[in-house]
Amino acid sequence: MSFGHRHLLGIEQLSREDILTILNLAGTFKEISERRIKKVPTLRGRTVVNLFMEPSTRTRVSFEIAEKRLSADGVNISISTSAVVKGETLLDTARNLQAMNPDAVVIRHSAAGSPHFLARNIAASVINAGDGSHEHPTQALLDCMTIREHKSEFEGLKVAIVGDISHSRVARSDILALSKLGAKVAVAGPATMLQPGLETLGCTTHTQLDSAVEGADVVMMLRIQKERLGGESLFANSREYARTFGLNRKRLDLLKPDAIVMHPGPINRGVEMQPEVADGKQSVILEQVANGVAVRMAVLYLLAGESEGA
Amino acid sequence: MDLLIANARLFDPENNLDQVGDLLVSNGRIAAVGSGLAAGNGVRRIDASGKLVLPGLIDLHVHLREPGQEYKETIATGTAAAAAGGFVTVACMPNTEPPNDCKAVTELILNRAKEANASRVVPIGTMTKGRAGKTLSEMGEMAEFGVKAVSDDGDSVADSGLMRHVLEYAKTFGLVAVQHCEDKALAKGAPMHEGINSARAGLAGQPAAAEASILARDLLLVALTGARYHAAHVSTAESVELIRGAKAKGLPVTAEATIQHLTFTDEACLTYDTKTKVNPPFRTEADRAALREAVADGTIDAIVTDHAPHSRIEKDLEYDYAAFGIMGLETALPLGLALVRDGVFDLGTLIRAWTSRPAAAFGLDWRGLVEGAPADLVVVDEKRTWTVEPKNLRSKASNTPLLGQDVTGRALLTLVDGRPVHDEVDGTGSGGRTGTVGAN
Ligand SMILES: [Zn+2]
Repeated sequence: MSFGHRHLLGIEQLSREDILTILNLAGTFKEISERRIKKVPTLRGRTVVNLFMEPSTRTRVSFEIAEKRLSADGVNISISTSAVVKGETLLDTARNLQAMNPDAVVIRHSAAGSPHFLARNIAASVINAGDGSHEHPTQALLDCMTIREHKSEFEGLKVAIVGDISHSRVARSDILALSKLGAKVAVAGPATMLQPGLETLGCTTHTQLDSAVEGADVVMMLRIQKERLGGESLFANSREYARTFGLNRKRLDLLKPDAIVMHPGPINRGVEMQPEVADGKQSVILEQVANGVAVRMAVLYLLAGESEGA
Repeated sequence: MDLLIANARLFDPENNLDQVGDLLVSNGRIAAVGSGLAAGNGVRRIDASGKLVLPGLIDLHVHLREPGQEYKETIATGTAAAAAGGFVTVACMPNTEPPNDCKAVTELILNRAKEANASRVVPIGTMTKGRAGKTLSEMGEMAEFGVKAVSDDGDSVADSGLMRHVLEYAKTFGLVAVQHCEDKALAKGAPMHEGINSARAGLAGQPAAAEASILARDLLLVALTGARYHAAHVSTAESVELIRGAKAKGLPVTAEATIQHLTFTDEACLTYDTKTKVNPPFRTEADRAALREAVADGTIDAIVTDHAPHSRIEKDLEYDYAAFGIMGLETALPLGLALVRDGVFDLGTLIRAWTSRPAAAFGLDWRGLVEGAPADLVVVDEKRTWTVEPKNLRSKASNTPLLGQDVTGRALLTLVDGRPVHDEVDGTGSGGRTGTVGAN
């Protein structure tokens, strides 16, 4: 298995083959996760630091479980970014971490490019667990894994991503990954959420939800994160958003009959997605969560475990 | 001390001078320009074969950080950097702590500059008291102390009614109003240009319209008031069009572009290297092309450095949190010469935008390489290659995207009123080496 990267900073640096390598390996690890004894000794003696400078219980827990199943020693460090601006800098943190000599650092940070900064200042492999509005590569990989389990191939697959694309690291990584795999990606939202230049990532942009989801094989609804918008007024209110850009049962008829519905969670029920859609039979949201652990095991294995040829 | 610079290419496009010859400096003035000049007793003779002699460069936009942020730069280190970069005169922006909004601060800056005894300093005063954008600064008294221009650089005066009065009040005292054009409500402090590269980087972007919207408003106010207006660090194609239009209408408008905006594009920001973070941000290829064309056709009067030294405290951070700004007094000359080598514009255009035209924009006395003029000049080795690294920089700072790179072209000797303020004629200083000029 060849994987010529020291870090996972984003999907941007990965080739189609790299992505498929991770997905294939994640399939193997998923089998382990379904055993009664879910633990393998693959990363025994390896130290992985989970550096969370922005709160995220879901992603952190997913990485922690992945580390435990691989027998790595996971260490959690949570630092609030408000303290960082005033006191210890990310550079100080990197130097302190380096002194502990970890094999990998998983970083979540509110500023785009922070994993790249860390990678320049530390010997360990750096795994981006979400940097600002930039990328969230393991989320995109678990999304691709989930899609592949339902659709035979990516080539020509029609995928719609709906919501605040401008501020979404999930959307950015998904667009990059899916377009590299040959899918056709359409993104939709009010123009306030579609920044100029998105097309260059490999998607078409739509301000009409129906035109984006019509005939789609996959629809991914993004959480409308009011708290991240820094007081910017991007839409009038939740009611209007639900009416114009929310996924309801009536709109499901526009999708292909076997289409799947995804969401990176946590869901604002009644805003971007009606409860009957979130809990309906086309929803694969819980599969996404399960695949998250498998994908993260694969990434950790490739970056923290490969050198000694497990 | 008298000085004979022999066998140099004497180049002063404003005075139609381009010849190989000699230049004699005596009593702080250019005593003779010609060929076969003899060095009398006690005259230092410099063989400048293959070297270029230019009128000393003028930079209308630098930040010297003193008073208040001496850990980043002082007037002494900043003017030493200017001298090493070939600049005889620098106009320093007033966003110090306290800001230069009254004669006491102006006087302090001028005294420090005198003590530093390097390049000349022309202090720029603020437009508004405390740079707060609320009330007018003491422009009248600052003008008496030698201030030629006012600016709240770092911010635009957002209030249109106040901006009108800034223009009227500046006009009263013969001052040039220098605007940093940025609609903060639109730019939102975003760390880079808004476009395909900000979409890729996942960083917030400042749209080009944030610059042009303030400039467009200001040009209407210039038409209303008839005041002298200078657009600082113009960075977009739209702004260039607005200035071209204003000049065509005969409005009293001048403009500057930074050497780094003429060199880099927003692609540089994709590395998240905070040394590429600058305000206005690096723009697109098309914007850069428009700026280059505007320098070539004269729409842009002056090339500046916007020398903005920062310490590592402000730069060794996440891209979002790092300070805006690039230091550039010592790297400007090689970047400018590289543009000439690349055929972007000719040497005459570059040198006029660094000498006679900025002098005219700020109303500074200027004569160039003519007999009887003050001996403000620079001897340049166009072929000397040197490495941009702290040990070769006089500035306290090294926040430049060129850090660690080799550049070609360096000032060997800078004279202010005939006095050497930078002297590497004997090969001391940069550790540079003369060789063949690489492909930039
Ligand atoms: Zn400025």
